[in-house]
Amino acid sequence: MLTALLTLLAALLAFAAVATWRAPWTARLVHAGTAAACGGFCVIAVLALVLPPAAMVLPFGPFWGPAMLALDGLSAWFLLILGISGGAASLAALGSGTDWPPRLLLPWPLFLAAMALTLAAADIFTLLLGFEAMSLASWALVAAEHDRAENRRAARLYLVFAIFAAACLIPGLGLLAMGPETLGFAAIRETPPEGLRAALILALVLAGAGAKAGLVPFHAWLPLAHPAAPSHVSAVMSGVMTKVALYVMARVLFDLCGPAQPLWWGVPLLVLGAASALLGALRANMEEDSKTLLACSTIENIGLIVMAMGLALAFRGADLLPLAALAAGAALLHALNHAVFKTLLFLGAGAVLHAALSRRLDALGGLIRPMPWTAAAVMVGAAAAAALPPLSGFASEWLLLQALLAGWRTGALGFQIIVAAATAIAALSAALAAAAMVRFVGLAFLGRPRTPRAAGASEHPGAERAALVALAALTILLGILPAPLLDLAEGGVRLLVGGVDRPAPPLLGLAAGDGAARLWPALVFLLLVLIGGAAVFALRARGARFIVSGPAWACGFIAPPPHLPFGDPLTQPSAAGLAQPLRRMLGTPLLGATEQVHMPDPGDARAATIAVRAEDPAFAWLLAPLARLRDALVIPAERLRDLSIRQCLMLSFGLLIAMLALVAALERG
Amino acid sequence: METLTGIVTQLIHMALIVAGAPVLLGLIRLAKARLMGRRGPHPLQPWRDIRKLLAKRAVVAETASAVTHLAPWVALSAALLAAFLIPSFARGMVLSPLSDLLLVAGLLALGRVAMALAGLDAGTPFGGLGAAREMAFATFAEPALILAALTFSIIAGTTNIDAIAGAFQDGAVGVRVSLALTLIAMLAIAVAENARIPVDNPATHLELTMVHEAMILEASAEQLAIWEYQSALRLMLWLTLIATIFFPVGLAAPGAGPLAWLVGLVAFATKIAALGFALAVFESALAKMRVFRVPEFLGAALLLGLLAAVFLFLSTGFA
Repeated sequence: MLTALLTLLAALLAFAAVATWRAPWTARLVHAGTAAACGGFCVIAVLALVLPPAAMVLPFGPFWGPAMLALDGLSAWFLLILGISGGAASLAALGSGTDWPPRLLLPWPLFLAAMALTLAAADIFTLLLGFEAMSLASWALVAAEHDRAENRRAARLYLVFAIFAAACLIPGLGLLAMGPETLGFAAIRETPPEGLRAALILALVLAGAGAKAGLVPFHAWLPLAHPAAPSHVSAVMSGVMTKVALYVMARVLFDLCGPAQPLWWGVPLLVLGAASALLGALRANMEEDSKTLLACSTIENIGLIVMAMGLALAFRGADLLPLAALAAGAALLHALNHAVFKTLLFLGAGAVLHAALSRRLDALGGLIRPMPWTAAAVMVGAAAAAALPPLSGFASEWLLLQALLAGWRTGALGFQIIVAAATAIAALSAALAAAAMVRFVGLAFLGRPRTPRAAGASEHPGAERAALVALAALTILLGILPAPLLDLAEGGVRLLVGGVDRPAPPLLGLAAGDGAARLWPALVFLLLVLIGGAAVFALRARGARFIVSGPAWACGFIAPPPHLPFGDPLTQPSAAGLAQPLRRMLGTPLLGATEQVHMPDPGDARAATIAVRAEDPAFAWLLAPLARLRDALVIPAERLRDLSIRQCLMLSFGLLIAMLALVAALERG
Repeated sequence: METLTGIVTQLIHMALIVAGAPVLLGLIRLAKARLMGRRGPHPLQPWRDIRKLLAKRAVVAETASAVTHLAPWVALSAALLAAFLIPSFARGMVLSPLSDLLLVAGLLALGRVAMALAGLDAGTPFGGLGAAREMAFATFAEPALILAALTFSIIAGTTNIDAIAGAFQDGAVGVRVSLALTLIAMLAIAVAENARIPVDNPATHLELTMVHEAMILEASAEQLAIWEYQSALRLMLWLTLIATIFFPVGLAAPGAGPLAWLVGLVAFATKIAALGFALAVFESALAKMRVFRVPEFLGAALLLGLLAAVFLFLSTGFA
């Protein structure tokens, strides 16, 4: 199994080498190859989930020891996510043209291979190697379309955050590896950290992996960087890369730090997760760019998963293992569901971008008529993102909410109040996500075209459409059958919470615990279809219906003038207009949204204008002070350049003396 | 035996809800009219309206897509399923294992999203206005409802409505401050979710004040009939939910015979009539509030829900 995985990794490296070749068939070959490799990942992952865990020591590695690989329930689950999302994205890229430049083709297989390496790593060095390679390859993909200034800015900010993540993660994992002789996970598990060292590891890993996952307050780069890449790359960055970061977080905090961590370990995860969920969902309601909106929704979903992880940690600390298993199951299931529907939504946004040549929601509209397949698939994905039954998002958010509703059982009053507030925030962000998805679908696909280009859009048949339809079908399937899937994730859950027997769930159903609520998503689906069918039958039995088509009534609006064939654009809600209620209700207190209305005097023929501003608090509270700090440090440091040759020599000599003194002090102590 | 009574009670419940929802709406309209000194329409008027609409020819906007045709059916199925799950006069109906409060919240959200999409479909200003406001109100109502579920699940140990009603009916719960706070919160959410005064005015078509009506402005004939019917269903659903959870008096136990059903039916009719009359009085006494005051109204419900949970934590902590 691991040999097969290694072969696939080598094949991906070979495809990266092929990508440097400029030929008409290169892009096709590379994307077909990555799609096949991702299919291979899926097969290996499913095999690894049903078979016992496998481990392997490679005959090569860094000079201090061999590299180690392993696949267990947890890493195989995330490998499955990578396989599904990466495969669909490769398929869509295969269908969307052949004129990809090498700078976009080369990093793509490397990106996928690096994520697979991170997941399969069984020692710290390999893990970090994969993680940093993933950062670098994805940076190259974000920076690939560097002819636009905002992409350059996004790539630079992304690089800064990637370096920050590395600067936190490497010392964090180093602290973890202080005890044992080797860097292998098995050795680290033998000597779990305690006390201050454990707390430090928690903080560093939370910041390092959190910055990669887009966790508040380290999320500022995500809504800029994810949309800057081509759509299939955005899909994998949002769907999988953030999950790989969460995998690292779960691996270190749950597995490598040992099972003896206290209840409060869950609190930072719960709080940051809730903040991410709220901020991401709220920003998704304000954004006017389709891919930025989806990236903000990723922050929200990452927040929900981290909340579930925090609950699992807390329940484990309070020795409530069945509840910990419930929360861990919610986290794993939501990670998979989110990867599928977010890949679907990003690929849909990419299809819209190809067809209507715009990501601005104000330039789209009415695309359901020229692009019915894309519209239907995106609506399925959006409904899952809005956590509507019976689609996939509902099943996992149901598990999360049930875990949150059981949070009071820990018995600690402070934690109970935090969980109650987190419950409200989880429900609030689910409702906000629904609002954001209604806005996205409504602006892009419904209504009238807002530009001539949107009116002239047409659908690309072929691989791109096939990927969308397959992902939509998978979203429905995951929504109807979460129970067998949760059984498949059993190994991962076991790894996260320790050996625990879940209460036997009912057939095809989900259970929140003994005697607690249950859910049968398949039955809900069946009943909805039955009731709908019966209603249609009952009403249609009356005979033929009479339908005529006419101009929209809209309370008696007059017909638009002939030079406006799609109607007056001003009589249709705009992106800012649909955001207005939430912007005023929640945006003003949380994002500092402001509206400036400029009303001309009566008799003045100029148009009234409204300017809307909303800024992410991370810029004002985190990035701006950091930039000031940088300036404060750099300006004195610049003076070093003006030193004379003697002063320069003095400086290096002084440094040498200081280091020798340090060595001497260490030798004596 | 219990399965059989479960099936029979489920069928009676379904018939009761399907037939009763428009009648309840008619009765509330009649009560409101009488309170205002008018004679008012016949209680069966909503049913007559639906029959009239079903016979009419539909006019669909040229700019509308398949969403306009599909959305009413989705919303109708969601509302029907949600209403079928909530016990009205008897516990232990055959669908009762499914009657989860979170599922009901999800089905209500499904109906809401279907309606918002239908509102946006024709590309008219009012549809978008209503959709944006409806979704914004829901962001406050939904967490408040989940916090109510938190209170119930702490007291009853589950979010299954049937089981909650059972636990509250047994009387082991007693009178609690938390439940009173939750009741107020639930009433506020019910008012907002059903677009009643003071959040929205169900009787007007005055464009600038409406939320719910704005989304179905373009609907006509069969579609309008379905929309009207599903909103009647949602009102029935909410009143049933409140009646069953907070006033579980007279609910027939699982497996009980027809006599207990009769008691349950009388009790249910009384409770629903009382709640409906209270709604009519409430609506007659108040004026509609400004749109941007609604978050304060629902935010208060949210805080009450949170307060109820905190009271529970404190009381269980000291006990």
